[in-house]
Parts: sequence; structure tokens; C-alpha cells
Amino acid sequence: MDVSNIIESLKLIKPEIAVSASLILVLIFDLIFHKDKKLIPYVALLGLFATGYFVIHQFGTTGFGFATKSTFKAFGMVTVDSFGTFFKLLILISAVLVLFFSSFSDEIKKTTDRLGEYYVLIFGMILGMFLMVSATDFLLIYLSMELLSLSSYVLAGFTKLRDRNSEASLKYVIYGSVSSGLMLFGISIIYGLTGSTNLYVINSLIQSPQINVLALSFALILVMAGMGFKISAAPFHFWTPDVYEGSPITITAFLSVASKAAGFGLLIRFIKTGFAAMTLNNGYWMLNPIFDWKLIIVILAILTMTLGNFSALWQNNLKRMLAYSSIAHAGYLLLGLAVFSNQGIAAILIYFFVYMLMNLGAFLIVMLIADKLGSEDVDDYDGLGYTSPFLGISLAVFLVSLTGLPPTAGFIGKLYIFSALIDAKMFVVAVIGVLNSVVSLYYYIRVLKHMYLVKPKIQPVEIIPGLSQKFLVLLLVVPVLFFGIYFSPIVELAKNCVVLLGF
Amino acid sequence: MLQVGLTHFLVIGAILFSLGIYGIITRKNAVMVLMGVELILNAANINFVAFSRYGNFGLNGQIAALFVIVLAAAEAAIALAIVLNIYKTYSNVNVDEISNLKE
Repeated sequence: MDVSNIIESLKLIKPEIAVSASLILVLIFDLIFHKDKKLIPYVALLGLFATGYFVIHQFGTTGFGFATKSTFKAFGMVTVDSFGTFFKLLILISAVLVLFFSSFSDEIKKTTDRLGEYYVLIFGMILGMFLMVSATDFLLIYLSMELLSLSSYVLAGFTKLRDRNSEASLKYVIYGSVSSGLMLFGISIIYGLTGSTNLYVINSLIQSPQINVLALSFALILVMAGMGFKISAAPFHFWTPDVYEGSPITITAFLSVASKAAGFGLLIRFIKTGFAAMTLNNGYWMLNPIFDWKLIIVILAILTMTLGNFSALWQNNLKRMLAYSSIAHAGYLLLGLAVFSNQGIAAILIYFFVYMLMNLGAFLIVMLIADKLGSEDVDDYDGLGYTSPFLGISLAVFLVSLTGLPPTAGFIGKLYIFSALIDAKMFVVAVIGVLNSVVSLYYYIRVLKHMYLVKPKIQPVEIIPGLSQKFLVLLLVVPVLFFGIYFSPIVELAKNCVVLLGF
Repeated sequence: MLQVGLTHFLVIGAILFSLGIYGIITRKNAVMVLMGVELILNAANINFVAFSRYGNFGLNGQIAALFVIVLAAAEAAIALAIVLNIYKTYSNVNVDEISNLKE
């Protein structure tokens, strides 16, 4: 690796450099102006916008960065392509929205003395996620996942206002470190089998017949444990409800959207660069037959959807219910991956964009209500639709969109996922997916029933959001409705972003 | 004279891995669970170094092991801070008893 190679590679990771610079800037700012913390959110926002500039400029750029000597010349540790850039944009938009959420959240306001650390850790998470979606080397995959995890372990228990904050943090750190340990052991076995940690090299080496299939399958299942933990897929989802319920709502919202997006970006890139022999003309991937990815992903998807939806039925705490609903949505997204075609990836990208808007919106409303009521219990929402019509109607829009009914954007997301499945002739799986959506209707509509139909025992509180809060809610409601009717911009963007550098 | 080869190291790695899993499943003290995780990480480290030494793969594996050692230290620091925080709130660190969130 010579100097010119490094300088060339640095040009490819401008967004990551911007995030690191912002992280250091916020940290220094926090040290200098430790008396007055009001400015820190603005510095953080500035950093995010600077990063956004570089991310948007990165669209269309492709290349491999940081090639080591032992790998073939072209392939490096970092791969920049429009697929990764789409996920970076998604992560960045949700980070900006979460930053706005944090400025309204009561929980964060009560811990103003540690506000600097809060934003520094959020930047740490963003840096980890950015590297995750572009990593093509096992070493970088592991490092970036740990960077994301370590920052989010701390943020889950950041506020320390109630017992449940610390508990969420402990559960997250225990489940997280175990699954990353399993993943590392799997990586060490794959390294032993192939002699490389680079996914491109691994792809070309596992085509040889000397590879021990049993050992490779064992290692890949261990690696799946690490990645499944990040996207909260079914056998590795146990942390999700507890952590989502216990964390501050801003962090819950960020984990449920951005962290999951990064996990999916990593998983898709891992399967595509590591195992796809070639992409056929009609967009389907020809996967290496050494490991039956299709079976594994389909089983995971069905298990995840069903478990998430059926567990959500009995939840009274809205945060916990949204946690199970986010597990179910991970299942729908896995269905899109199970097709193993460019069309399926486009469907995942569309779904993720929509999911970001509606899920963040739902968490925002729950946060605004919880700040006034002091609880997230669905029984306390009785009659709220009449006393606070604005929040009631907005929550209704988000929940209907999460169910996937027209004319909201959630319908478009589901439509593309299921049509990808139908095109691949996976009818049974598609039917199971649709039936799951029907189940999910029950628990989403139950919230609306409590808001509008149940007679409240006590006079419900009137919640009037401030002007800026109303504006933020509208910023999420309007696109959810708008993209439900006029969705060709997202579809076009997604279809332009499906190309992954690889085979 | 017995020659120590790759298999011996892999067996030690596998034993450490199994002990780590066993510790995570059976121990109730959060600190002991975290020690189980350390065992798993070190099992992976032994694998990395052994493969790198006996497989003629260059130094990639050794470098990976170095990174993992550093990360394990960072993870232990954060995890122990969280356990300390738990001890302040609940005055014990028993994983089974800290379950207010289950319903």
C-alpha cells in the first residue's frame, strides 16, 4: 500500500472524514463552552449538513478504497457505490430528524449537563453506520459494527432518569457483546478456510471445491448471528423490546431506523459481494451454491414477521408495541432480500425510505404525548383524539401507513416488496407476508380505537404542541401522504441505486 | 516427540469458545457473563493467530487479533461502566433479577 493509493482512497471517504471532524468539533466545543450547552445542537446540525453535502456529492462515484497488498489490486476494504450512498443518505436524514427530536424531548432536556457527550456518541454511531454500509473486509465490518454498538450501548442508558434506562443498557450490552463475539469466531473460521478477510477474495476462493462445506456453513451461521442481531431478525431479536422500551425515545427512534438500515446495508453487501457469482441480465443474482442463502433468509423472514406481529398484539406500552412492529418490518425487508435480485433490492430501498418517515413520525408523536402524560400506556390515550386532534390525526396517518394501507406511503413500500416476490414466483411466501400485514392491522388500529372510541374514565389532558413541534410533525406527515400518491421520485432514486460493485 | 501443529491450537480455540458459551448460559452475575464473552473473543484470537502462522496467509490474521484485543478492552470498559451503573440502581448485578421490563 503506497502513499498515492492512500490519498486516492481518502477521496472516497469524504463523508466519513466529515463525520469524524464533526465528532471532534462537538467534543472540543463541549470542553470550551461547558457552562452554556445551548450552542452544541447547532454545531452538531452544522456537522450533519456538511456531511450531507459530501454524501450527495458522492452519488455516482464508484471505487475501491484502501486496497492491501495481499488482495488483488482492484479490491479494497471500502467500496463506494450508489447503493451504499443511498443508505448513507437515509442514515443522515434520520440523524437530522433525531437531532430535532432531541431538542424537544423532555428526557434529553433533563440531562442538559451531559448534552455534549450525547451528540458525540450520536456522531460515533453515524460513523460506525457509514463504515458498515461500505465495508467489504471482515476486519472493517467487525470494527464498524463494534463502533456502532459501543456508542449505542451507552446511549441506551444515557438519561439514567429511571431504572429502566440502566436495565436497557445492560441488556443491550450483554446481548450485543455475545452476538458480536459469535460473529468474530465465525470470521476467524472463514479466515482459516480462505486465507483472507476481503469479501471479494473470499468470493473467488470459495468457488474452489476444497472448501470444507460444514465448517463454512457453521461459520456463516455464526456471522449471521452478528448481523441478525443488528437488524433484530427473529432468533436474535430478544434484546429489541426491552432496549427499545427502556431507552430514551430519541435513541429508540434512531436505533429502529438508522441502525437497522446499516445492518441491512451490511447484510445485503455481504451476501452480494461474498457469494454472488454473477448478476444475470434480468437482474437475478446467481449465488454460489455452497450455502443455501435463499432457504436461510426465507425462514428468517417468515419467523421474524410472524413473531414480531403476534407478540405485538398483547403489548400495552406503545414503545414496546412499536419495537415488536419494527421486528415485523425487519421481516418484510428480509422478504425483499430473499428474492436475491436487483428488483428486490430496489423494493428494500423504497421500503426503507418510507419506513424511515413513518416510524420516526410514530415515535415523535409518542414522545410528544409521553412528555405531557408521563406514560406510553395505550390506556392513557383514551379520548386523546378529541382533545388533541392534531396529534391524534397525525398518529393515525403514521399507524395506517405502518399497516400498509393506501393512500399512504407504507402501501407503496409493501406493494413493491410483494410484487418482487410475485415476479420471482415465490407465491407462498408472498401470501404469508400479506396475512402478516392483516394481523398487524389489529394492534395498530387498537391505538386508534383507544384514541377515538373508548370513553375516557378521567378527563383527558389537552396536549397542544408548539409551533416548531407542529412543523416537525407536518414535515413527516406530508411526505407520508404525498409519496403515497406520487411515488415515482423514490422509485426512480431506488432503481438508480441498486447497483452494487461486485460480481 | 509430539509436534504442536495447527490442530492443537484450533482445539484450544474450540474449547475456549465452548467454555465461553457455557459461562454465558449458566452464570447469573453480569460480570461473569462478560468474562464468558472475553473467552469467546480470545478463542477467535487464537484461531486468527494460528491460521496466520500455519496457513501462510501473511500477517492479516495477526493484525486482526491485535485489533480484537484493543476492541475487547474498549468493550470491557464500557460494559463494566454499565454494570457499575446497574449496581448503583439495583444494588446487585444479577442478570435474572434485573427484569422490570418483561411483562
